[in-house]
Amino acid sequence: MSLNLEDVSRIALLSRIELSAAERASTRDQLNDILGFIEQLQAVDTAGIEPMAHAVDVVQRLRADVVTETDRRADFQAVAPETEAGLYLVPRVVE
Amino acid sequence: MSELINSSLRELSAALAAKKVSAVELAALFLDRIERLNPGLNAFIALDRDKTLAQAQAADETRRVGAGAPAISPLCGIPLAHKDIFCTRGWRTSCGSKMLENFVAPYDAHVVEKLAGAGMVMLGKLNMDEFAMGSSNESSYFGPVKNPWDISCVPGGSSGGSAAAIAARLTPAATGTDTGGSIRQPAALCGLTGLKPTYGAVSRYGMIAFASSLDQAGPMAKSAEDCALLLNAMAGFDARDSTSLERPAEDYTRDLDQPAALQGLRIGLPREFFGAGMDEDVRAAVEAALAEYRKLGATTVEVQLPNSGLSVPAYYVIAPAEASSNLSRFDGVRYGYRAPDYADLAEMYSRSRAQGFGAEVKRRILIGTYVLSHGYYDAYYLQAQKIRRLIAADFKAAFQQCDVIMGPTSPSVAFAFGAKSADPVQMYLSDIYTISTNLAGLPGMSLPCGFGRNNMPVGLQIIGNLFDEARMLNVAHKYQQVTDWHTRMPEGLK
Amino acid sequence: MTRAAQWEVVIGLETHAQLQTRSKIFSGSSIAFGAEPNVQASAVDIALPGVLPVLNREAVVCAIKFGLAVGATIAPRSVFARKNYFYPDLPKGYQISQFEIPVVSGGGLAIRLGAGDTASEKFVHLTRAHLEEDAGKSLHEDFHGRTGIDLNRAGTPLLEIVTEPDMRSSAEAVAYARALHALVQWIGICDGNMQEGSFRCDANVSVRRPGEPLGTRREIKNLNSFRFMQQAIDFEVQWQIAEIEEGRAIRQATVLFDPDTGETRSMRTKEDAHDYRYFPDPDLLPLEIKADWIDEVKSGLPELPQAMQQRFQSELGLSPYDAAALTASREMAAYFEAALESAGRENAKPVANWIMGELSARLNKEGLEIAAAPLSAPQLAGIVRRIADNTISNKIARDVFDALWAGDGKDADAVISARGWKQITDTGAIEALVDEVLAANQKSVDEYRAGKEKAVNALVGQAMKATRGKANPQQVTDLLKKKLGA
Repeated sequence: MSLNLEDVSRIALLSRIELSAAERASTRDQLNDILGFIEQLQAVDTAGIEPMAHAVDVVQRLRADVVTETDRRADFQAVAPETEAGLYLVPRVVE
Repeated sequence: MSELINSSLRELSAALAAKKVSAVELAALFLDRIERLNPGLNAFIALDRDKTLAQAQAADETRRVGAGAPAISPLCGIPLAHKDIFCTRGWRTSCGSKMLENFVAPYDAHVVEKLAGAGMVMLGKLNMDEFAMGSSNESSYFGPVKNPWDISCVPGGSSGGSAAAIAARLTPAATGTDTGGSIRQPAALCGLTGLKPTYGAVSRYGMIAFASSLDQAGPMAKSAEDCALLLNAMAGFDARDSTSLERPAEDYTRDLDQPAALQGLRIGLPREFFGAGMDEDVRAAVEAALAEYRKLGATTVEVQLPNSGLSVPAYYVIAPAEASSNLSRFDGVRYGYRAPDYADLAEMYSRSRAQGFGAEVKRRILIGTYVLSHGYYDAYYLQAQKIRRLIAADFKAAFQQCDVIMGPTSPSVAFAFGAKSADPVQMYLSDIYTISTNLAGLPGMSLPCGFGRNNMPVGLQIIGNLFDEARMLNVAHKYQQVTDWHTRMPEGLK
Repeated sequence: MTRAAQWEVVIGLETHAQLQTRSKIFSGSSIAFGAEPNVQASAVDIALPGVLPVLNREAVVCAIKFGLAVGATIAPRSVFARKNYFYPDLPKGYQISQFEIPVVSGGGLAIRLGAGDTASEKFVHLTRAHLEEDAGKSLHEDFHGRTGIDLNRAGTPLLEIVTEPDMRSSAEAVAYARALHALVQWIGICDGNMQEGSFRCDANVSVRRPGEPLGTRREIKNLNSFRFMQQAIDFEVQWQIAEIEEGRAIRQATVLFDPDTGETRSMRTKEDAHDYRYFPDPDLLPLEIKADWIDEVKSGLPELPQAMQQRFQSELGLSPYDAAALTASREMAAYFEAALESAGRENAKPVANWIMGELSARLNKEGLEIAAAPLSAPQLAGIVRRIADNTISNKIARDVFDALWAGDGKDADAVISARGWKQITDTGAIEALVDEVLAANQKSVDEYRAGKEKAVNALVGQAMKATRGKANPQQVTDLLKKKLGA
């Protein structure tokens, strides 16, 4: 399986990473190298093997339904790029 | 006083308790060294002398007020530095990235809280590969870290700043994180001792995520004994991390003072760790260390980890997949870098991320996005997860035959800058012996076991069964009692 | 053949019910509505680097309650997954949801369609219900041409309830949505407040010719009232039929309903960029729900509306319609049961009639919920009892109702006695009265005798007027007829 420039553009769009035309070509080559390397996984017979999503076999711990947080808006928004009236501002979103 | 730069944590603790030195004096000693030596190494990327000295003063006060009280941690007043992946309130937390160049964390990571709670004094923040993605520390936005043993060589990564700082005796101890070898490999390349605990032993809260199911924080220091003391303070249940394990607190130093504990220890030697691919100088040092262990009463047995060869490719599916999602929060909306010019929201996202992330981070995000995308998920991600189970099962079987597993930490000693940076796959293979441990969730450590080519340090890796850190630390400690590799420091930095 | 008969409408609904917890699903922030922007957005909610989610136990309890209430399977082990997409009100760049293994699967809801003789029942099957977190809000009013992001809502627990494509008309869709709306409130997992967005529906609508495979569907987003749901689906169906009949294929799309125009329109968001890349969230471990936990939740569940309706029909002899109306809400049912306890089971029908008639009309008129009715259930029962034992007529009963509603008197007996409204049942007194009326209204008497039977009504009216309504009208009528016929 090998990526073409169109694939790279689609992945870059999904990842929200802008790539110039030159970067697209070099990225394609690098990604194909890496994909070529991980390709060896395909040869392994894993029939009947349960996928392992977590390093340890434990179940989710549950939190009591208690409000523990207080307002820290000023702290949090001190590191924000753009705020107004307590809101984070972004370029206009059109639905 | 300058002899203290090579002291163990126990020695420093004793000196502080005996009032031979104050925490303020100790902090100043290291801060002065940092000021003098860091420009040539680039290990520290954030310093704040006033904050550090204020913490030291507080530690002195704690020791003065509570003199002799058992509640005082032996670590109180001892300096350490944090890898810049840990959020530290009031300090810039950059994760080695332009994305977070101006991010001052509004909260402390659990590990930072715990160590500060023990009275440890923070010297500053340590350089690292950007978002912990790298094995050479060349991917940091703040420039590469130099290996104190040879500044033309890499210190390893991603905790390269931590390793270089300890090797150069700019700090007695540091925190690190290990997703595929990021504590052990730099520890090996810089001649240190470092431990990646069992997944879930140390809370990940406040540690900027790379690959959540693999990331684990751990101590880095000169010796196993130092690491045991640090782990005592770092480990423990934290309700804010769902993957933090609820286990009774452990004293990881408990076995250290018992004599001759290695009699009957069965050391497993995976055939796959001793094949081609390991440099001969590394092999020689590791074999010599194993001979030393046999002298200490241990026996060695060959074990098999038949799927370990798949660990690097499986890792390079799972880790980028998780990373691609973990790093989506860096979008320029609530914090972090925002591109100056954009026409609309889509451009604000894609430019902020294109400009804020470095090449390796972007590469991994793209790979991760691809392996999770429609039509490829089963072939890549799910298959890698199944292979992850096979790898974990291999270890389970191996530990039926042995108590600990040993082998090299890294296939080579520290390499020159630029040697692998043009070829991502070659760089990924630097972690060939360490990655399987993360996939299986097992604890692993590296300790210095000699020198190889160009007189560069070699690391011996010890892999333990789940929750077997105390035994591993003791196994390492016994070796360190009969060898002095861990006390060596680079010439010229004394 | 009519156009409607040539087309079959197929509708499936996805409902987001905001769960009634105190704190968010993965953080300890309050979920109270209406706070200043971003003051209820913690480090976890705004996705600061390094923070982690921990699951709220109560949200799971809500899901178990729902699963039990709809007869679904509750997964012994379910998995949280990340749904990855970029949007400014989605701070992590992914939503934590459930994908491959949801907490609840299967089950369904019986809905009633129509009333009276044409009423019918239908069972709407549920595909699944899963736990997930809500996103924040984007405020599009003008901040110098920019959008403001409020993350107070981000992380609010939701149960997304998905039906099979079982509904065949907008009326069925609305009936299902109403039944679901009542149920989630009944079991106390959602406040049902549609204005505040606590209960939001998306409708997947397609049309096909009967017997053909499913058509391409379009999803109408964020229907926040039942009326809009009906209008939106009706418009969408007509639009789709017209498109197909004019030879254009329907393209899968997400559409919004504009209540001002009554039309649906495609969202401008690019659909082609969507690939959610679901994978198990490595920060959250599998959710385990053991049988004993389910049993514990079950023992705390109230009697469910379906079971109550059955009981009202079999034990009280109420009609299916009455039983359904009285179980429209838990408060309604509680009121009925309290009134019944006080009035006696033999009065079930009149109690039901009073609640569904006079009481509901008055509540409606004054915009009150039944729980806030000024007239208590025992007070209403007192009225019914006095009608039953002939102390008052139905007409007087309404006056008693008014008095109690206004707070004049502690119960029906007190009002009746204070105002002297006791019905005159003394035969002698009524006979005298009837004689008076007959004497004073010769014209009506003549008309009646001439064969105009309705003339008796005027005479009854006169008699009632003379007693200010206190005479028993039936008794008066009987006596009048007897005397006239003599």
